Amino acid sequence: MNSLLRRLRHELFATPGDAVLSVALLALLTLAMGGLLRWALVQANWAVIQANSTLFAVGRYPAEQQWRLWLLTSLLVGAAGLSWGLLRAHPRADRQGLLWPRNDRVAVGLLAGLAVWLPWALGLTGGIQARWWGLAALLIGLRWLAGRQGASWPPRLLKLVPLVWPLLYLTGMVLIGGGLGVAKVSPSEWGGLLLTLLSASFAILLCFPLGVLLALGRRSELPLLRWASVIYIEFIRGAPLITLLFLGQNIFGFLLPNGLAPERVWRAAWVLTFFAAAYLAEAVRSGLAAVPTGQVEAARSLGLSQARALQHVVLPQALRVALPAMVGQFISLLQDTTLLSLIGLLELLGVARTVMANPEFLGKNAEVYLTLAVLFWCCCAALGLGSRALERRLDPRTVPSR
Amino acid sequence: MPPSSSSKLSPPLPPTGDTPPPWWRDRRVVPWLVQAAVGLVVLLVIAFLLGNLVRNLSAAGLLLTWRWLSQPAGFDLAESIVPFDAGMPYWRGLLAGLANTLRAVVGGLVGATVLGTLAGMAAFSSNGLLRGLARVYVEVVRNIPLLLQLVFWYFVVFLTLPNGAAAFQLPGIVLAKSGLYVAGLAEGLRWQGPHLLNGVWQAPVRLSVEFAALLTGLIIYSGAFIAEVVRGGIAAVPKGQWEAASSLGLRWFTTLRRVVLPQALRVILPGLNTQYISLAKNSSLAVAVGFSDLYSVAETTLNQTGRAVEVYLILLGVYLSLDLLISALMNGLNQLVQIRER
Amino acid sequence: MQRLARCLPLPLLLAGLLAGCAPEGGSGSGVQSAKLSAVQGRGTLICGVDGKLPGFSFVGPDGTYSGLDVDVCRAVAAALFGDPNKVEYRDLNSSERFAALASGEIDLLSRNTTMTLSRDSSGGNALSFAPTVFYDGQGVMTPKASGITTLQGLAGKPICVESGTTTELNLADRMRELNVPYTPLKFQTGDQTYAAYLGGRCVAVTSDRSQLAAKRTSFPQPDDHVLLPDVMSKEPLTPATVNSDAPWADVVRWTVNALFQAEELGLTKANIATKVAEAKANPKLADLRRFLGVEGDFGKQLGLPADFVPKVIAAVGNYGEVFDRNVGPQSPLKLDRGSNKQWKDGGLIYSPPFR
Repeated sequence: MNSLLRRLRHELFATPGDAVLSVALLALLTLAMGGLLRWALVQANWAVIQANSTLFAVGRYPAEQQWRLWLLTSLLVGAAGLSWGLLRAHPRADRQGLLWPRNDRVAVGLLAGLAVWLPWALGLTGGIQARWWGLAALLIGLRWLAGRQGASWPPRLLKLVPLVWPLLYLTGMVLIGGGLGVAKVSPSEWGGLLLTLLSASFAILLCFPLGVLLALGRRSELPLLRWASVIYIEFIRGAPLITLLFLGQNIFGFLLPNGLAPERVWRAAWVLTFFAAAYLAEAVRSGLAAVPTGQVEAARSLGLSQARALQHVVLPQALRVALPAMVGQFISLLQDTTLLSLIGLLELLGVARTVMANPEFLGKNAEVYLTLAVLFWCCCAALGLGSRALERRLDPRTVPSR
Repeated sequence: MPPSSSSKLSPPLPPTGDTPPPWWRDRRVVPWLVQAAVGLVVLLVIAFLLGNLVRNLSAAGLLLTWRWLSQPAGFDLAESIVPFDAGMPYWRGLLAGLANTLRAVVGGLVGATVLGTLAGMAAFSSNGLLRGLARVYVEVVRNIPLLLQLVFWYFVVFLTLPNGAAAFQLPGIVLAKSGLYVAGLAEGLRWQGPHLLNGVWQAPVRLSVEFAALLTGLIIYSGAFIAEVVRGGIAAVPKGQWEAASSLGLRWFTTLRRVVLPQALRVILPGLNTQYISLAKNSSLAVAVGFSDLYSVAETTLNQTGRAVEVYLILLGVYLSLDLLISALMNGLNQLVQIRER
Repeated sequence: MQRLARCLPLPLLLAGLLAGCAPEGGSGSGVQSAKLSAVQGRGTLICGVDGKLPGFSFVGPDGTYSGLDVDVCRAVAAALFGDPNKVEYRDLNSSERFAALASGEIDLLSRNTTMTLSRDSSGGNALSFAPTVFYDGQGVMTPKASGITTLQGLAGKPICVESGTTTELNLADRMRELNVPYTPLKFQTGDQTYAAYLGGRCVAVTSDRSQLAAKRTSFPQPDDHVLLPDVMSKEPLTPATVNSDAPWADVVRWTVNALFQAEELGLTKANIATKVAEAKANPKLADLRRFLGVEGDFGKQLGLPADFVPKVIAAVGNYGEVFDRNVGPQSPLKLDRGSNKQWKDGGLIYSPPFR
């Protein structure tokens, strides 16, 4: 207690100037937080979120097909619980493996709290509330099970676990869009958070290989390759995303033979991909620049071909260095999906605008925008946290050489 | 890399003796083959796209022409520093839009630099609360999409401002729903503050709330990124510099201003360049808050004339030149800093 | 990281393939129309609408579209497929609607679009217009409290308007004629325009009078806002297709005409089944038999099923029903039929003969 007081004094009241500043800031903060709380609890009318929660979540996705999304969510949640537990069951060699580190306990507590509070706050019907609880239970249960039993699983099985994710992504595509015997749901009916996450994840996954290729092209010794990459990268980086998106919507149709242009939603997703690839290329390029030339020379002198050296020696190091910058790009890509609302697609912000045009909810701007802000903040902050964790895991200083 | 796998990966031994490698594996030929292949693919793709474009455009009767640029626009703009009305040609409208864009970009650059530098410096304050606030500002703003912030500022903050006598009043500045009024030199070089005339505010300098919302959003968003750049730059200055300065008896702020910032500038400037360019491009989101920037005028023009390709060519050209201009200026500045260093 | 880098590309490629192309159209009837056969092959009609305009096209909380513009889409789908629900709606804002039509993105634009010469002509936007489904005029709405009663009263005031519309141009023209200075505040979409107006940013908002009336009903206090008596322009709101495909334009034209004709003949959603039975039983009702496709091959001439008219009427009702349900007495808008009465009642709704 005493040390806390001492620390407070040191941090806030070290000099008279600091003390004045601290008091002023504290007063301002109290006022602002008080005002915000009063507004959120008393004045704000959250009915607009409650009544439209389905629209915000999936847009106009047909109600009778929504079981597919529930199935997908449970699959994702299951895979997440499994991977999480296995990560803890197989700790890195240099750490003692705590089965339930403090972070995990906090996370589980938060999840359980959210799973109870959110469905209640959104005023969801009993059945749907129960589903959310089931999902939370599935996550925590699998986490517990995999954490406990995972250490004794056969290694061959463990090797297959990372493959679950790409498989799940493909399954998700089929579940969402239909095909392979599942009824089709046209992309124009996807919306809300579903569309936001889908377009962002699609663009993130595809821009990665494209960006790496462009970065390699830009550093290539072949002039044609280099110039093509440079022109592409600089052209894309020179144009505002919104002009490119409108270009995609209005001119794409002219660039392809009649009727071959992909769906509007896919067009936007492709534009996002091409856009992000140029930025990602720059991030990867800085990573490539950080790999000492000696590494390539050493690899070559070991008899590795150029391609092999690139694949096994250069890229792993470069990507590790570029990881923070790349995740930064992914985060801004997720944020950039809001621009889809400007071209009339009903992602989160687009849905918000439709909802606010509804006579019942006219003028509920503050509630809707704040909710979206919190949602985006959580998604982006989670991406940032994940990247930092991955960075630590990949840091050569903490990974003992095997 | 375990030794066993590396031996597996090694290519077959190069042929010994007299037999030269086949020509397609010759090290002098391979690069050209690769380039030719890439070039061919790129050319084919471009030819395919352009061919379709020309075919589809001529089918729609929309082949490239620039004559429409000199036809009367027929629409008005809410605000413009270049004189413009509905009777003037389209190119004048686009020019007025460009002027508005430049106004927003320049204002945004200055504001975001000031805010970002302050927030970046605050991260090194001795006051824990200030440090924390700077951190919270950066973390909150960077993780929320700019477009969302813009519509929030416009629809939630600026459109709920009071009007008339109830407006927020500070000495020399009045903030009302009809705009931001700032004191300035009026006709006859007289200093004049904002004043109410028949319930409407009047002042020498008036900014519309659309412009104010755009500027606020851009400054606060870019400010957070610039704060990170500045923080990184300051952190890159060796700790010994701080210690040396404080042992000389310099105060915190003086140390920062005289010792640390000049050194940090070399690290900061390239990062700033990136942020400035993205600010310039982000200004095109003005269309979401009803400000008539270049992009918004271009969109109206496109709709009234149906000339999609031409309008996009103009837009892309202008934004690209804007970026190049900013880059050139920043590079010049960078060189200036480097020279002073020696 | 290595493993990640190695296993990413394959699923990505697959995802890309899955995401890839839209289906191509199959073959249709004897009528030569690329669009018609494409639509029939696809099995759904892609219809561009506003999506945020009560009475014309609007998404309810359950995610379904309704409105007068939407019913035109539904009628065309019913004529093509016998099922009014085989429509995919695309929300378009006013600035992107023509490009969407020109690039083949949508089949039919039913988005309260004014028919004008420049939009119709090949040298302009190159559209082909169906019969007008709503005769409108541009109006101005102001808050009652502002005390403004004429256009001159708007001098020096900000006026909210949607960008890329004829409204924007008419406003500029009219104000120039009257020599009244004003500030146009332009927004990309209608919802933003009205949000700014309700936020008090402008003292007036201008648009088609029907749209103003529609929006007013959704305001918290509708009675606090008045429409100025001035009508600034003629705004015939009309569905449109591309200029280059006449057979497809014919399908839309005669589907709309069928709605008009059905009202004239007193056919309704409720009585259409009995009327068809009646026509089948009685060979003397030649007009009715031709109209309902019991006799003759009007449907086939258009490339449609012979009985497309009964399907349309069974799906959406006649024009009067569509009007009443969406914008008339049965709707919150409660608009008067006005010029949109049948020609026999002194209005402009007139179908050329089906023969």
